[in-house]
Amino acid sequence: MNIHEYQAKDILRREGVPIPPGEIATTPAQVEQIARRLGGMVVVKAQVHAGGRGKAGGVKLAKTPAEAAEVGKKILGMHIKGLTVEKVLVTAAADIETEAYVGIIIDRASKRAVFMVSPAGGIDIEEVAATDPEKIMRLPVDPRYGLLPFEAMEMGFFLYKDIAKARAAARIMQQLYRAFIDSGASLAEINPLVTTPDGEVIAVDAKMVIDDNELDRRPDIAALRDESAEETGELQARRANLTFIKLDGDVGCIVNGAGLAMATMDLVKYYGGEPANFLDIGGSSSPEKVVNALRIITADAGVKAILFNIFGGITRTDDVANGIVTATKQSPLKVPLVIRLTGTNEEVALKILADNGFAATSDMDEAVQKVVALAKGGAK
Amino acid sequence: MSIYIDRSSRVVIQGITGRDGSFHARQMREYGTNVVSGVTPGKGGQKFDGEVPIFDTVADAVAETKANVSVIYVPPPFAADAMMEAAAAGIALIVCITEGVPVLDMTRVYPYVKEHGARLIGPNCPGLITPGECKVGIIPGRICTPGSVGVVSRSGTLTYEVVDQLTRAGIGQSTCVGIGGDPINGTSFIDVLDAFEKDPKTKAIAMMGEIGGTDEQEAAQFIHDRMKKPVVGFIAGQTAPPGRRMGHAGAIISGSAGTAAEKLEAFEKAGMGIARRPKDFVELLRARL
Repeated sequence: MNIHEYQAKDILRREGVPIPPGEIATTPAQVEQIARRLGGMVVVKAQVHAGGRGKAGGVKLAKTPAEAAEVGKKILGMHIKGLTVEKVLVTAAADIETEAYVGIIIDRASKRAVFMVSPAGGIDIEEVAATDPEKIMRLPVDPRYGLLPFEAMEMGFFLYKDIAKARAAARIMQQLYRAFIDSGASLAEINPLVTTPDGEVIAVDAKMVIDDNELDRRPDIAALRDESAEETGELQARRANLTFIKLDGDVGCIVNGAGLAMATMDLVKYYGGEPANFLDIGGSSSPEKVVNALRIITADAGVKAILFNIFGGITRTDDVANGIVTATKQSPLKVPLVIRLTGTNEEVALKILADNGFAATSDMDEAVQKVVALAKGGAK
Repeated sequence: MSIYIDRSSRVVIQGITGRDGSFHARQMREYGTNVVSGVTPGKGGQKFDGEVPIFDTVADAVAETKANVSVIYVPPPFAADAMMEAAAAGIALIVCITEGVPVLDMTRVYPYVKEHGARLIGPNCPGLITPGECKVGIIPGRICTPGSVGVVSRSGTLTYEVVDQLTRAGIGQSTCVGIGGDPINGTSFIDVLDAFEKDPKTKAIAMMGEIGGTDEQEAAQFIHDRMKKPVVGFIAGQTAPPGRRMGHAGAIISGSAGTAAEKLEAFEKAGMGIARRPKDFVELLRARL
């Protein structure tokens, strides 16, 4: 789960990370009030779950409260990578001398949380990794001991020669690590970590991604979810316990299992079509899940044909067949449907479908070729 | 021969009285797996289906029934503890089916299990099966048939799809292993490939990867440097957008890393057979057997 910059900053502030003051606004008038309260120069920052906000014009400086209101008016309601900006963070502008990067990720290779720090901050860390790898220090943390003080100091010295700044940075890394662990994060970064002309070390931007598997045991973190920042179909799917990701194509795909769902999308592409989505109805299906899945897919006006690809291992194919019949009775389909199912209770499923006027195949390639042709307006 | 499990495996089921645990306990027993005991804290002394003794702890189950393989069906919040309990009890092979284990839990489980000398498969995996001998987990037994192709995969239903097509084409399997779709799991592609290379019954290998991470690239290097047996590979997620988690927690392209193109290129460099579609496995493997 993504959380907003202001939410990540709240979490880090609670751990003691020094961060310039800021507040959230949803109207230009609020932006102006906050700017007046803060005094001096402010930054108005779009709060959306998308990278590259700065490049898209979603982050702007303002010298006066009036200018802040004007900037706020431009940013609120703008679209960044398909997402509408509903909120902005208005924060005191920092006087920046140097910019560094500090991040923690889960590293699959070492199977640990790994710190990545670099004195070349403020830009995309992946670019630094590609062009100047020696400017990045990596430090895997042993989960049994946590981040040890000398390790934090090593990273502090990697960023700053000055002992006071190195100590300040080390303290921030300890705080960031605690926030990472206590929030169940899979990524936490401060980019940039800046030094000011009077020698302070402060966090100017923050980002955290929470491991979805942590949310059940961390209700306070789960409550940070901003549903207004999610795509409608994806929100509906999550509520129905389905995994759905919208794409730009016209072949709607309903599949059981993530690997098979991806392979199905790939096969659509292989046969010249474009998948409209990723949708996994999961291992144990119920007719209700199928009904919800069809509702979400048919809400996308771009979908020209729909494919069911079900391999019944644990999933009962008769459950899926019943779901298809129920869903299409509730709201008849306006686009053609191709059904591929095989496995558990296949005979029962095929009979249910046949009794209700649906044809089905057991061959995946045949089904995909057919649905691609139908999406292109070909014959049935 | 086979890898990891065979007729002699003695299986304990952690969470045997739960909804999933009891269902799959019956499926495994029906298949012929030697399920020697189950564990559900508080139900020690009872019997599952009137036959399988239930214990309060894995240590008790090991002491009383000499279990050497454990399969875990407990809910996500308790899965990490269950894996570590099995390792502490001296279980040699731990298979965790549970989906949704927090990855930070796995950063603790992985070194713990390793220090206890156990092998962990999963979590979030379908388990494994040596056709005709033993199944541990949830892979449907009827789609498999004994033979000489080793199967290793990060996914569940995609594995069933490929195994089913192999079986229909008359190509049997030595052992099928689902290593799971999480970012941190106990057994890697390389571990399983190494075991297949050493297994006299396995003549060729089918490997199904996904987008995300670098496991497949490292496996390709291993295949190139260390293996004599032919390997055919497939990568799911060629049409996946970057930055989006495609169901599995591990199936995510981060920036430009972990794409299908990058993995397929590694396969090509390693001289592997490349299945562009699941059905391509049949002909590519037939030509290599």
